[in-house]
Amino acid sequence: MNARIVFEAAGPLTTIQDRGRTGVMRFGVPPSGPVDRLAFAASLAATGAADGWAFELSHGGGIVICEEGEIGFALCGGGFIGDIDGDEPQAWRVGTLRRGQRLRVRAGAGNWAYLAFAGQHAAPRWLGSSATHATSGLGGGPITAGMAFDFTAPRPLEACILPPPPSAEVPDRFAVVLGPQDRHFPAEAIAQLTQAPFTATARFDRMGRVLGGPPLVPASIAMPSEPALRGCLQADGDGGLTVLLADHQTTSGYPKIATMIGPDIDRLAQVPAGHAFHFEVIDAPEALRRTRAAASAHEAWRRALAAPGRLDERLWSNNLVDGFIDATRP
Amino acid sequence: MAPAPAVRPIGESAVLIDFGGEISVATNERVVALDRALAAAPPLGMVETVPAYVALMIVFDPLVTEGDHIAAHALTLLETAATEQRTPREHVIPIRYTAAPDLEAVATATGLTPEEVIARHLDGEYRVFMYGFGPGYAYLGGVPHALQVPRKPRAERGHPVGSVIIAGPQCLITTLPMPTGWWVIGHTDAVILDSVRAQPFLFDPGDVIRFRRAEN
Repeated sequence: MNARIVFEAAGPLTTIQDRGRTGVMRFGVPPSGPVDRLAFAASLAATGAADGWAFELSHGGGIVICEEGEIGFALCGGGFIGDIDGDEPQAWRVGTLRRGQRLRVRAGAGNWAYLAFAGQHAAPRWLGSSATHATSGLGGGPITAGMAFDFTAPRPLEACILPPPPSAEVPDRFAVVLGPQDRHFPAEAIAQLTQAPFTATARFDRMGRVLGGPPLVPASIAMPSEPALRGCLQADGDGGLTVLLADHQTTSGYPKIATMIGPDIDRLAQVPAGHAFHFEVIDAPEALRRTRAAASAHEAWRRALAAPGRLDERLWSNNLVDGFIDATRP
Repeated sequence: MAPAPAVRPIGESAVLIDFGGEISVATNERVVALDRALAAAPPLGMVETVPAYVALMIVFDPLVTEGDHIAAHALTLLETAATEQRTPREHVIPIRYTAAPDLEAVATATGLTPEEVIARHLDGEYRVFMYGFGPGYAYLGGVPHALQVPRKPRAERGHPVGSVIIAGPQCLITTLPMPTGWWVIGHTDAVILDSVRAQPFLFDPGDVIRFRRAEN
């Protein structure tokens, strides 16, 4: 028997995301995919859909009702909490939604969460991926109230709470590599980047997040458009910084003073508005070392989530949680 | 021989091969040549490349390789790529100048008549320098001097896909109904981005574009 899920409510930034598309940035198409890649991967691992897709939710949260059948779900990321028919709301929640039951998802301290289901549903694809490019709505697409999703081969999941990943802690330092256009900035701006406190603002979407802090005014913004990458810290003419996220424009005429390392980008996207932090400038080899350490910890985490047996016991007994902390915060 | 490009890291997962200087066909030709050479002989771990006016970004998997290896590979290819002669692919794109809400305004701004604007626009030989801004937005350089007008102070909504728009030395054919501050001087039925086509994007950087006037 199939399961049918219907959105009774959906926040404005709700979309379908898979891991994203590669190879088409050259044609102006960014990778898209989840803003928080680790939480997304956890939701898929917990539902057994490693190459699948999930709903990405933001502050508006959402309400889904199971209209037919029953189906397991995982709600991961950003401290978002879910309750079933008004039971105790919990974050990082795995469980089963039965016919007539409502799952209500509300925002936590973070900004992005992933809701995955343990079943099959062929989401719309565009250029080889179901990741939604939010600006155009192409890909799996934006979610609005009333949309229904039929899943084949639905499986129930035993209720549990995933131990929150240590990366959910709010960091006060984020690592960057200078460039690619740091030469467009005066020495004082480079010094400010490493010394001044910055804040994450409430001005964000899937393209980027505006940062608060001292203006890092480029000496000149007269430059040809150059390729841009997720994680680039782009300065506008007044020196305001934006960190580029999953749906970033693929080229831009604004100089990028520095680029965040991969694992730190998603964490900055998740921190609550108003959070203060510093940037730490490291060189490319150190950035590579940290990214590789984080990736192996993430991989161990995902494997544990996907393995049989009781989840919390597996994670704690393997000391993965501690290992994760060590790997990402040397 | 042209000077060697600068190599700049972009985080831990990309490098920028930067040929530097002002926007020019000669420099963009070096970008395109390196891009082609990398496609023919990709280094281990390369994920994708993004050509722009004067620089090429090479994105790689940091779990497989590192920037120094990617850059060394690219610089080696550059020696042979630079000497290769290439005949650019040419496209002829039909334009209707009737669906042209800004034709009069461009005529006023340039001191030409609308028919003269059209004639100048058709005279141009355009080059695909790069994509950017949005999916399928190909920046076509080569708008004749007499037609170069700065973009509007603010973007406007409501222009259909296929709008032919100009600003400064650039021309562009829209692929999405996104707001634009460029001047809409025509419309084409040519589909630049068709996701179900074998080659979804009609142009490659380095291609040459000519416009012809379509029958209404």
